[in-house]
Amino acid sequence: MSHEPDYLALTFSDIEVLPMLDRREFLKKVGSGIFVFVALGDLVLAQDPDGRRQQFRPQAPDDFNAFLRIAEDGGVTCFLGKTEMGQGVYTSMAQLLAEELDVQLDAIEMVMSDTGRCPWDLGTFGSMSIRYVGPTLRKAGAEARAVLLELGAKELGADASKLETVDGEVRVRDQPSRKVSYGALAKGEQIQRVVAGEVTLKEARDHKVIGRSEIARDAVAKVTGQAIYAGDIRRPGMLYARILRPPAHGARRTSLDTRAAAEMDGVRVIEDGDLVAVLHATPDGAAAALGRVRADFEVPESDLDDQNIFEALLADNARGRGLAKAGDLKVGEEAAAHFFDSTFLDGYVAHAPMETHTAVAEVGAESATIWASTQTPFMVRDAVARVLKMEAPKVRIIAPFVGGGFGGKGRSPQADEAARLAQLAGVPVHVEWTREEEFFYDTFRPAAVVKLRSGVDARGRMTAWEFDVYHAGTRGAGQFYDVPHHATTSYGSGWRGGGGPHPFGVGAWRAPANNTNTFARESQIEMMAAAVKTDPLEFRLRNLKDKRMIAVLTAAAERYGWTAQSPAGSRGRGIACGIDAGTYVAMIAEVDVDKNSGQVQVRRVVCAQDMGLVVNPRGARMQAEGCITMGLGYALSEDVRFNGGRIHERNFDTYILPRFSSVPEIEIDLVDTGVPEANGGGEPAIVTVGGAIGNAIYDAVGARLMQMPMTPARVLDALA
Amino acid sequence: MKRLLRFTVNGHSHALDTSADRPLLAVLRTDLGMTGTKYGCGQGLCGSCTVLVDGKARRSCSLTLATVEGKDVTTIEGLAAGGVLHPLQRAFAQEGGLQCGFCTPGMIMNAAALLLDKPSPSHDEIIQRMEGNLCRCGTHVRIVRAIEKAATAVEGTR
Repeated sequence: MSHEPDYLALTFSDIEVLPMLDRREFLKKVGSGIFVFVALGDLVLAQDPDGRRQQFRPQAPDDFNAFLRIAEDGGVTCFLGKTEMGQGVYTSMAQLLAEELDVQLDAIEMVMSDTGRCPWDLGTFGSMSIRYVGPTLRKAGAEARAVLLELGAKELGADASKLETVDGEVRVRDQPSRKVSYGALAKGEQIQRVVAGEVTLKEARDHKVIGRSEIARDAVAKVTGQAIYAGDIRRPGMLYARILRPPAHGARRTSLDTRAAAEMDGVRVIEDGDLVAVLHATPDGAAAALGRVRADFEVPESDLDDQNIFEALLADNARGRGLAKAGDLKVGEEAAAHFFDSTFLDGYVAHAPMETHTAVAEVGAESATIWASTQTPFMVRDAVARVLKMEAPKVRIIAPFVGGGFGGKGRSPQADEAARLAQLAGVPVHVEWTREEEFFYDTFRPAAVVKLRSGVDARGRMTAWEFDVYHAGTRGAGQFYDVPHHATTSYGSGWRGGGGPHPFGVGAWRAPANNTNTFARESQIEMMAAAVKTDPLEFRLRNLKDKRMIAVLTAAAERYGWTAQSPAGSRGRGIACGIDAGTYVAMIAEVDVDKNSGQVQVRRVVCAQDMGLVVNPRGARMQAEGCITMGLGYALSEDVRFNGGRIHERNFDTYILPRFSSVPEIEIDLVDTGVPEANGGGEPAIVTVGGAIGNAIYDAVGARLMQMPMTPARVLDALA
Repeated sequence: MKRLLRFTVNGHSHALDTSADRPLLAVLRTDLGMTGTKYGCGQGLCGSCTVLVDGKARRSCSLTLATVEGKDVTTIEGLAAGGVLHPLQRAFAQEGGLQCGFCTPGMIMNAAALLLDKPSPSHDEIIQRMEGNLCRCGTHVRIVRAIEKAATAVEGTR
């Protein structure tokens, strides 16, 4: 397979495992070159500046981990704990480094999401890679460049101020013949530096690689089938496992008969407490064996289902946490000409990545290696270490390419399962959840309720805003409109372990909580606009002071071609604004509604987004498009139905993802308001999809949807 | 009930002594070690495992070996003839018709069958024929663009 010269295939080249916690050992094992290290403490602080994720922090000494190496052949290797799961950090992170180092993008090899080789990392979620680790990575590049200039000055016999770095070389400015390559500067030595607090980064006006659209560097590997995912790992003697699963969450096994399975050719049965699995040299052989395992389960009775869950959420008496408060709500209510008291509902949705949770484990007496589809390899390492009763550094987790995560591949229990089975069986074990298992064990985005009371005066100025969100979480609950009397409270956390009557696991789902909160807020905004007979764009602008929000809203309206005149017939347009991961989004959706069937077809979505510094504009647009497309699902069709611990969704026949025919024309406008730092890119544009579509449905046919997903049945109900 | 089953994959003949009722997907990924074809749902509902069988798009998770006996199977690994990327592969990369890449082999193979069938499909025909392939990253608009571009490229070489 030859590769196009313009792309670089990601190989995860298997260079020796390096014990990352000991700098001296590391340097003993590697050759010469220039090494830039980062202090673990600094890395932790960069990723968790407000200490909110203390529980995930490493219990390791404050040592130095290698961040990048410039080898004698001039090749740059960057060790980065982030995972590439489609969001494009394999490309954009390399861009940051290429910029500060003045090397070609192709000169950089990214060694990623491998706990054996990369510095500790919190995990890949929350649109935090570019935001929080990006600056540290840039500093490492700048630090390396400073060393190169220093060495180059000696080598070339010129003052450092007369030097420039271009394309992997140190050159004397205006004397093209006086130059030396980066690789040659190490001269067989090991030169070490540590990322210091204060390093001068390049100014935005000097950026050549940051801000340049790049094709994903893993694209060729992915279009040729060469890209390796956890399930593609093959180890000598490896067996495929299938695990006995209960029919419902909370079920208890009352009988077990594995004899028929054990009698099958080449089948091994493993039973260890709750874990019952069959192993075979082929996945279909393991599946056939599982089919012969007989077990009975006692399923606890429950009346809880996807219809009455909302009452249960409100009855849960979760503790409230005030997020914002100003003025006096009573005064605000009295000043209102129109007052609204609304309840918005949002169901459970599944992550449904195309790659199910998968792991291959190879466990020895002293150490273990697990290839796992996970967004949080270091967290998984600690969990597997506990399961195997090993010290964490003895466990190596490698997350090769991950086939989509969206928040659902954090904890990754399949890695524990594979590790346990490999330890018990004494051979490498492959665990690939079936789609049915994936739906069953998904940590769904929690169902949630928003109670919203707000008032507007006769002139269309908001007077009061009281926002209470139950069990979604806080993200996106804050409002950015200019309203004098307001209060925002969040009840329950929306996270696993955060309480709530959920009969199964719930957790982060792309832009956690924000889809729910933004749907409620932006629907209510247009309800108020309608009451005062004001155009929803005009209404928002009248109630906004935030310059970034005004900028994106104006940009979206312009690109859409917004006029006071709404489309004719059963066509409508709706706006939603939101903030996520520091990024400002304004979105306009245009829909057709079939009044007979309740079917909603989204025709066009315009999205204007201010995300601060844009590293790879092409990648940023692709993320925003992906957000909008994925958002169609939570807005219109995705709904996890259940009864107690029994989950009715098992596969894609009943759980309806957006398909080709559902996707509208999408236009993305990246708005630059001069914010120097990078904000998030992987999640923001999804938060406004539900609100914009809901408002467009109202504009089209006058039906106000108070619950997502806005299925045809609910549209018909709202029309009735 | 093992027996000798013959079929070709990407132009190479294979004779496997195995059960005829085994799913092609498992045989490709395990016995033949070709992991480019992906498991997504196991029931032919997502298209991640799409391969060509005698030029037609088929879901390898729901296809037994018996049904491909004596036939030509093409997988994503066999699409780039002589090391040159197929126009679809090139277009998917250039247009950004992929993110996590997991559905990509199935998408490309399904599109390859479409182009074999209809070298210049209309926009609507592309959507109709790709409808059964799922992508969770939401790269649909770019996949359609890539297929349109590849169709033009294929047409241009005729």
